[in-house]
Amino acid sequence: MKLQPTQTAAGGQQAKKTGTKGAARQKVLAFASLILLILVFSLLSGNFFRFDNLVGIMLSTAVIGVLALGSTFVIITGGIDLSVGTVMTFSSVMAGVFITYWNGPVWLGVIGGILAGSLCGLVSGLMIAKMKIPPFIATLAVMMITKGLSLIISGTKPIYFTDKPLFNQLTMGSIPGLEIPNAVWIFLISSVIAGFILTKTIVGRYNFALGSNEEAARLSGVNTVFWKVVIYVMTGTFSGIAGIMMASRLNSAQPALGSGYELEAIAAVVIGGTSLSGGMGTILGTVIGALIMSVLTNGLRILSVAQEWQTVIVGLVIILAVYMDILRRRKNKS
Amino acid sequence: MKKKQSRIILLSGMLAAVLMLSACNSGGGDKAASSGKPYIPVISKGFQHQFWQAVKSGAEKAAKEFDVEITFEGPETETQVDKQIEMLQTALDKKPSAIAFAALDSKAAVPLLEKAKSNHIPVIGFDSGVDSEIPVATAATNNKAAAALAADKMAELIGGSGEIALVVHDQTSRTGVDRRDGFKEQIESKYPNIKIVDIQYGGGDQLKSTDLAKAIMQAHPDLKGFFGANEGSAIGVANAVSEMKKSGKIVVIGYDSGKQQTDAIRNGTMAGAITQDPIGIGYQAVKAAVMAMKGEKVEKDIDTGFHWYDKSNIDSEEIKPLLYE
Repeated sequence: MKLQPTQTAAGGQQAKKTGTKGAARQKVLAFASLILLILVFSLLSGNFFRFDNLVGIMLSTAVIGVLALGSTFVIITGGIDLSVGTVMTFSSVMAGVFITYWNGPVWLGVIGGILAGSLCGLVSGLMIAKMKIPPFIATLAVMMITKGLSLIISGTKPIYFTDKPLFNQLTMGSIPGLEIPNAVWIFLISSVIAGFILTKTIVGRYNFALGSNEEAARLSGVNTVFWKVVIYVMTGTFSGIAGIMMASRLNSAQPALGSGYELEAIAAVVIGGTSLSGGMGTILGTVIGALIMSVLTNGLRILSVAQEWQTVIVGLVIILAVYMDILRRRKNKS
Repeated sequence: MKKKQSRIILLSGMLAAVLMLSACNSGGGDKAASSGKPYIPVISKGFQHQFWQAVKSGAEKAAKEFDVEITFEGPETETQVDKQIEMLQTALDKKPSAIAFAALDSKAAVPLLEKAKSNHIPVIGFDSGVDSEIPVATAATNNKAAAALAADKMAELIGGSGEIALVVHDQTSRTGVDRRDGFKEQIESKYPNIKIVDIQYGGGDQLKSTDLAKAIMQAHPDLKGFFGANEGSAIGVANAVSEMKKSGKIVVIGYDSGKQQTDAIRNGTMAGAITQDPIGIGYQAVKAAVMAMKGEKVEKDIDTGFHWYDKSNIDSEEIKPLLYE
């Protein structure tokens, strides 16, 4: 994986200021916390560090992880997408429409479902970039609309894929000889693609430019409206992929699911060191952030920590992660 | 300026069209006022789960039979107490002949229920009881007794000893608490050799319940049985067991039905489940409301019953109508 450290708009100069050193340190820190958590849980319970449990952790990271990948892009622009959870559900319901209601082939459901996610992103993007509606409000509206539409289209009932076993195999099948479900590979491949887009392409470059100083980017000739829409479409597309993965794993599209998932995705992004004020962030950080969240919940469950406390602990970790990020910036400034 | 205006007109036009569409679809609302039939609003705890859709169909059946007008509504999730209270308020404002109400939080609803009483509008509780003297009747499953039956079945299927765990939908709602306690108390008092090693809450979310059931299985490799206390929890547990390739090795017992659960029972991942009679709950609630409205005497506690079903009786005449898909 070739995932680069934090990059900023003006490349070199800006990077020197915010400090590639600091960013590298943050990433090392996040990675070190992950390793530390794994070590602690392995010591506390013999049942934690086992192949099938580790695979289980990867599997439970997959859906939220892909959602978080998408969220990373909008958050780097300094925006936010509150609709990723319900767009995910909407995509899964649309896949259900294509595959079950219309009896179409599995590939049509997969592509159709993902495109439904992209379409939601397009709507959000147009509202934000063209109509200048604040991202928080625009995506809140899309969140409500997609939530309602999922219920209307499905008739408030789950849509099952039991007649198309291939659909379930998409995520739960595995490469022969390897006991790792495909969902884990899809998550890893999506991460590499997201990392590539963010660090190696023009979209990625403009993504950072929009987040660090949108006006400066516009003045230097970047079509900010266009690229912003592109970025929201990308976020929607990742939500669509997550939706297909969820539906495939549950072998059904559950129209009431998905609310609240956006917050977990945002938490993963933030723990991974991406700043909510925009301009900075990495995909590798997000992947680590998502893994920290699932290692933490899995480990605490294995230790039979009361669930109420699990929630408190995850909350504390978020505060800790963001505070470290603030400290790092302060140091860089002085 | 003109462009702006036309845009606003376009937007409002779209909004109006959507409103009209949704009004055509809803087929409820203020119809009661015009039809002249007695109007009974049915306020449930939700409408998204198949369970509530089944309750709704039972209520509609009774409405047809007794020639009354009903509306069926509920908040989006079973935690939105405030939304439900608002719905109750609106329903009361329409001066109904009676109200059927499944309280999310019975204490929060008391002031409005008192208002109903002083306006001589009879209130019928359904699904779970209302902790108040106001409802003239309550049509519900005895969740504690039903969960105790699940515990007995579990004990029988694991041979009377070993480790078991529970995945429950939540730790605050009446049904969550009753099913957990009903199961737990039965095991603790009758089966000293069975140990409940963990109880976790998955919010009825299939995906979360799957992951937490897997973690419980990792922590307790000798686990012999699993109880999922509602539809989402049970499906989550069944998923976990099949993902860990332990189908048939761990006894899974569920609650309620739905296609995925009946499939799991048919293919052996799930040993069996308790089913309520949601259609009966809806039917009995509206029937009791009609009787109360006419001033007839109504039984205070209407037990709508529960049943154990497994591979052997899933297609029987007794069970089939209780399973909703």
